[in-house]
Amino acid sequence: MKPFAYVRAGTVEEATDAFAAHPGARYLGGGTNLVDLMKLGVEAPAALVDVNRLPLGGVEELPDGSLRIGAMVHNSDLAAHPLVRDRYPALSQAVLAGASGQLRNAATTGGNLLQRTRCPYFQDLSKPCNKREPGTGCGALQGVHRDHAVLGYSDQCIATNPSDMAVALAALDASVELYGTEGARSVPAAGFHRLPGDHPERDTEIRPGELITGVVLPAGSAGPASAYRKARDRASYAFALASVAVVLHLADGVVDRVGIAFGALAHRPWRARRAEEALLGAAPTTAAFEHAVDLELAAAEPLQDNAYKVPLARRLALDVLGRLAPPAVT
Amino acid sequence: MDSDRASAGSRSPETHHSETTLRVNGKPHTLVVDHRRVLLDLLREDLGLTGAKKGCDHGQCGACTVLVDGRRVNSCLLFAVALDGSDVTTVEGLAGDGEELHPVQRAFLERDTFQCGYCTPGQICSAVGALAEAAAGHPSHVTDAAAPSGEPVPLDRDEIRERLSGNLCRCGAYPRIADAVEDVIP
Amino acid sequence: MTGTETVLGAPAERREGREKVTGTARYAAEFDFPGRAHCRPVPATVARGRVTGIDPGPALALPGVLAVLTHENAPRLAEPDDPVLAVLQSPRVPHRGWFVALVVAETLEAARAGAAAVRVTYEEEPHDVTLTASHPQAYVPREANGGYPAVSEHGDPDAAFASSATRVDVEYRVPPLHNHPMEPHASTAFWDGDRLVVRTSSQGTNAVRAALAAMFELPEDRISVTAEHVGGGFGSKGTPRPDVVLAAMAARHTGRPVTLALPRRFLPAVVGHRAPTLQRLRLGAGADSRLTSLVHEVTTQSSRVKEFVEQAAVPSRVMYAAPHSRTLHRVARLDVPTPSWMRAPGESPGMYALESAMDELAAELGMDPVELRIRNEPETEPDSGKPFSSRHLVECLREGARRFGWSGRDPRPRSRAEGPLLVGTGVAAATYPVLVAPSTASAQALPDGAFLVRVNATDIGTGARTVLAQIAADALGVPLERVRIEVGSSDLPAATLAGGSSGTASWGWAVHGACVRLRDRLAGHSGPLPAEGVTATADTSGEADADSPWSRHAFGAHFAEVAVDTVTGEVRVRRLLGVFAAGRILNARTARSQFIGGMTMGLGMALTEDSTMDPAFGDFTQSDLASYHVPAHADVPAVEAHWVEEDDAHLNPMGSKGIGEIGIVGTAAAVGNAVHHATGVRFRELPLTPDRVLTGLLGHEHPAGTLGA
Repeated sequence: MKPFAYVRAGTVEEATDAFAAHPGARYLGGGTNLVDLMKLGVEAPAALVDVNRLPLGGVEELPDGSLRIGAMVHNSDLAAHPLVRDRYPALSQAVLAGASGQLRNAATTGGNLLQRTRCPYFQDLSKPCNKREPGTGCGALQGVHRDHAVLGYSDQCIATNPSDMAVALAALDASVELYGTEGARSVPAAGFHRLPGDHPERDTEIRPGELITGVVLPAGSAGPASAYRKARDRASYAFALASVAVVLHLADGVVDRVGIAFGALAHRPWRARRAEEALLGAAPTTAAFEHAVDLELAAAEPLQDNAYKVPLARRLALDVLGRLAPPAVT
Repeated sequence: MDSDRASAGSRSPETHHSETTLRVNGKPHTLVVDHRRVLLDLLREDLGLTGAKKGCDHGQCGACTVLVDGRRVNSCLLFAVALDGSDVTTVEGLAGDGEELHPVQRAFLERDTFQCGYCTPGQICSAVGALAEAAAGHPSHVTDAAAPSGEPVPLDRDEIRERLSGNLCRCGAYPRIADAVEDVIP
Repeated sequence: MTGTETVLGAPAERREGREKVTGTARYAAEFDFPGRAHCRPVPATVARGRVTGIDPGPALALPGVLAVLTHENAPRLAEPDDPVLAVLQSPRVPHRGWFVALVVAETLEAARAGAAAVRVTYEEEPHDVTLTASHPQAYVPREANGGYPAVSEHGDPDAAFASSATRVDVEYRVPPLHNHPMEPHASTAFWDGDRLVVRTSSQGTNAVRAALAAMFELPEDRISVTAEHVGGGFGSKGTPRPDVVLAAMAARHTGRPVTLALPRRFLPAVVGHRAPTLQRLRLGAGADSRLTSLVHEVTTQSSRVKEFVEQAAVPSRVMYAAPHSRTLHRVARLDVPTPSWMRAPGESPGMYALESAMDELAAELGMDPVELRIRNEPETEPDSGKPFSSRHLVECLREGARRFGWSGRDPRPRSRAEGPLLVGTGVAAATYPVLVAPSTASAQALPDGAFLVRVNATDIGTGARTVLAQIAADALGVPLERVRIEVGSSDLPAATLAGGSSGTASWGWAVHGACVRLRDRLAGHSGPLPAEGVTATADTSGEADADSPWSRHAFGAHFAEVAVDTVTGEVRVRRLLGVFAAGRILNARTARSQFIGGMTMGLGMALTEDSTMDPAFGDFTQSDLASYHVPAHADVPAVEAHWVEEDDAHLNPMGSKGIGEIGIVGTAAAVGNAVHHATGVRFRELPLTPDRVLTGLLGHEHPAGTLGA
């Protein structure tokens, strides 16, 4: 790890100014992934701008009924917040399905969104990785890739996004609030993370120096039932092999609102738009769910060792959809 | 946020060390720390408090668990400089001054919850933190979704196991640890 | 008043327990001698080749970096017996992860930065790291690990198999597995003049001292090696590892005390691992359900550095009566890290295969798997013909079945569903040999009425201090509190390592001998003791290692209940129950913990622990604890260990067999057999992770269909 300067910011403006003043800076939140990557040498910032003491640690209900979660809200507090648990259960469940109690106490909402892939080639400086070092190649494509992407990957990168939380945010139509030298803006959570394409080094749509200040959960997604389910190699403290977050609302016996996002299948939380379109207005039957999910997963192009992810994701989605739909109609 | 802390923002960017004050087990310590120094190494190398263990150095085993401002965290992933002004409790500070062990320590001893002992301090600190979290109404992955928000969560064995899953034990003492935690549930 | 009934076997509390729960127990990296420096090794980044150049300049230019040791400037050492210790002695790179340099620095941070800054160039050679059953370089070695002949054959197993009424011919695969003790390998060393002082994390410091003496060409009495507390080992600390050699070299080179604690990610390459095994089992049985033929053939791998052959077929020489049999090992030397001991080497993977095959045979025969095992109980050890000193496998099976509630079991696969869960139960047997090695000990009666027992045992978590004190108190006929015990240093009377489940028997034998002698001496003593007390010693050489006419093994039976989630293929164990026959249990409390611990590691082997050799790069992909999944709390539900009383006069003065390893033996088979019972699908490759299980379930439901069906 290279020596670095350390700047503690007290306000958002102070943070972004400090970032701009220090070439090669990174923001330091909970540090659960950044410190890990710095120890590995994957990240080597010249300066850390500590944002832990910014006044972004609150959860507040906005006048329109939406919920704003400050970027510095710790994962454990987010998952425990009564409004989150009651209105957005998928989010609370997703956060609790990730990492460990200790990590959730340190990790922040903003940091969780910016955590990087756990692809072993990305983490190992002695191996090629286009994400870590563009142009060096992808070790995973022909290598060990049981945990890698089946959707939306490119010949440059087959890494997956490791976040559970981000999957729920994508399904819940949340938005990510950003602040940079050009001011504040908001990006839909489902579009915040990118597909790798020719630039796998860019995980997200965030601009250099921009800081995540919060996440907003729309009032509209507060009513419907939602849930998150994850499959993993051990019963706890493991990244997803596949996961799904579902928001489902029925009116007059048909699907009135639906959000489905898959985790661990792609470089970003995979919002299942095709499946959602197929379900909107349809009766919530098993056949309709199967049709919709199959439509979505038809795009999957599994590699040699990760074909299991397609049926796994399919069954997770059908299971959660089935649970959220009233039993009488399925 | 006191003005003292905010003023760190104006520190010269060239420096790679900062004066940092931590209260560890009730005692204040002011040190000039290499910014790269994580809390775990500060405790072990600078303060001689080797109770917190280095099992993986990457937040993947829990052996380094301590309480910072009352919350359990992996001390291997926290830069010490960023904790200026924080209160840290390690396994050495749980018991207080006397001979008397903390109830969790006593239960761990009585239940033979360890063999090699290397994960033990982390398990104990984690258990202390987990008990407080449950009392404060924090749910876990196995908490019934229908459980009332904000209420203390009763800890059955599934809850204990899930909440302590961030602490690996290669000797396989898990069932004994769950017994010990059950013993101290208020 | 011998105290025998109350002391030996009593659930005495661990003597070091308080230190461990208060964080004051010190491990090898935790001795902050004045001026101590820290080290970090630089691992090779090619799978095979040689170092052509090392530029330490950028590292040495960093603040706090004291030295960079390479094969060009490191102290020349005499050739070690174990070639894995010949670090920084040549430019040769035998596998990826082999250490090619060592950075010594003032701080941990400087050492890390320095290691990252060392520039190494290589001449890379083509490598082969992929084991196959038909690997052209696989050969039959002379011996497998443990000194067992690689091949043993009785009768005509092929013809007998061919003519058997019922046959099972199946192949199993156990992946590479990693010990991953919670404390990474670490050593602290300094030179006090011409004396070398070492604190190390090892299962036996006499072996460490001997290796250092040979390599540094010093008499052993100028080296002191201490391992007061050891954060687990499971075999990976049974032999000295490069950390101790590097620490001693760095201390000599810099003239300072140094500590080298290996980073977790470096362990898979340099501390040994359980080699993968490809195992073919052929079991033939007659109409009476007795085995007619048993063929167990194992293909495994070792490194270019040395031959190590996982003796996985060896337990098949002990378990069941079969008139015709062949057990055989093949090994291919590849460009891979060097395998070594991991808890129950041989028995652990071998009994997974044998006990899974027995379950398959029971299914073929339509017979209860407990009864099939009982039906095939041998009169004498099948391979050697020696009588068993004691063998209570049948009692373990029956007692386990009773406690587990086996009798009500519906034997049909897939007969029990709970919503989306399929529930099943399985059984497997366990065995582990009785090993024992010579040791020495002293016992001293002190004027204050206390007794001081000294033996270089190592407490890696077994509770050695506690159980040895019990043995001493029992032999002396004094209350336990009056016995003080010193272990964990090469300055003490020499003793064997904590390995092969032999520690307690070996050390205890010497302790018992010293204490009996002391007791006799005290019986003839009158008046107050002299100031220096009265001391007696014992050396069990010639006794503990004498050939025995008996076949000596511990046995056990595992029962498992699993739930398989048909949505995800996730398998979770609901309960494990083991019953063991391991001679006399010397401390009920610590013994139970060890059995449960072994079973837990077996659970990991069955369900979660997987490691992949990267064919392109030659390293284990799952190199950290986030990707190599040792079981977490949530994976481990009710685990029960019980034992049957076993009185065996042919073991040692205590009548004990080892218990550190048998807990892992058979657990994976019991779990796998339960998964078969739950699902009707036979999985023959570990671990049973969702990818494999879901794929198997779908293949079962849709034999001709596709995965997505």
